[in-house]
Amino acid sequence: MTFRDKLISIGEYPVIAKGIRVLQANLGFGCNMACRHCHIRGGPRAEQRMDRATARAVQKVLCEYDIPILDLTGGAPELNPCFRDLVTEARRSGKHVISRTNLTIFFDKGMHDLPEFYRNNSVEIIASLPHFTAGPADRVRGDGAFEKSIEALRILNSLGYGTGNDGAELHLVYNPPGAFLPPPQETLEQEYRQRLSSDFGISFHRLFTFTNMPLGRFRDFLSSTGNLEPYMKRLRDAFNPATLEHIMCRNLISVGWDGRLYCCDFNQAIGLAVQEDLPCHIDDFDLDSLASREIATGDHCYACTAGQGST
Amino acid sequence: MGDYYNPDDLGRFSEVGKTRPDLFRKFSEWYNASLEPGALSRREKVLIGLAVAHALQCPYCIDSFTQGCLEEGMHMDHITEAVHVASAVRGGASLVHGIQARNCAERLSL
Repeated sequence: MTFRDKLISIGEYPVIAKGIRVLQANLGFGCNMACRHCHIRGGPRAEQRMDRATARAVQKVLCEYDIPILDLTGGAPELNPCFRDLVTEARRSGKHVISRTNLTIFFDKGMHDLPEFYRNNSVEIIASLPHFTAGPADRVRGDGAFEKSIEALRILNSLGYGTGNDGAELHLVYNPPGAFLPPPQETLEQEYRQRLSSDFGISFHRLFTFTNMPLGRFRDFLSSTGNLEPYMKRLRDAFNPATLEHIMCRNLISVGWDGRLYCCDFNQAIGLAVQEDLPCHIDDFDLDSLASREIATGDHCYACTAGQGST
Repeated sequence: MGDYYNPDDLGRFSEVGKTRPDLFRKFSEWYNASLEPGALSRREKVLIGLAVAHALQCPYCIDSFTQGCLEEGMHMDHITEAVHVASAVRGGASLVHGIQARNCAERLSL
């Protein structure tokens, strides 16, 4: 059954946005890593990058409208030359800023001051860490990624991140290292907390568990290993209507690297833009029409609505 | 010639209930209830299921409970240790019957 038909069958179609609290900007697909679960196939050779004009348009929208949160993602958002200006300008305007970092970027040339930059601007960090041991983590993100991530987390802890200080929120993200659903978030968070503390002396605020999207490089893996249909069946069977109330697209709008508007970054990955009768580019942004829009959905939405949902 | 076991047949398990659906329904209720968290967590029960699956060498159960273990946040270290427990207990169950052989030999021998 398609996701659309599923929603119709339970009387929940269409899904309507409930305002816009988060403006999520994808600064480009360039990345210093090429993770196997990446929904946008990010990597060192990706050329898609938000230009300065589009970044200025993002800043303009933040200034004009009462959207409290700027959420920066990629690829590695830090690789975009506009990244730091976006952060400082948003903070100057009183916005809360989130950065979705891969942690290993801290060790790239020209990036060593990123941790201090984050701290000085009270940026909330959401960092990918697929496991608390190297084996499963490196299988997803590449050899050596875990060791660098641990070192990055130690640096962030030393600056006050994840230790209870205000303005120094540090959250981790778990993605399953394969074609299966994530475990209960609370149980896994306890395990992460206990093991990262005892093994490495690392602390953090929250662990978020994300179901892998059947898109991009992860979809390539699913297709090449005969896992695509069984995984899609797993997602369909795990559909949980209770997740619909709080899925992130309800109060988020996503700006692609080229300025086009999407209901989420996953929709951007497949070019599923907002409905045709709505402003479709950041230059034409209109909060009133977008805040109560019908959300564009597809079968990949089964991932965000499976089991406990993806936070 | 095809294989005896087809992974797709696991998804068809409920078709056993096309005949005597009352019995299959009772089995399903019991099966699902036995895996609900109680004194043991769901995670512990899934690991037990994996171990039993190996002791019985049921390929369907092995597939199902391996996925269950992964979805409870476990990985190959957990799974492999459980397989060793199952194998060692099963091996021990054979080995302890060696006492039976010794008893018999003693009874028959001068």
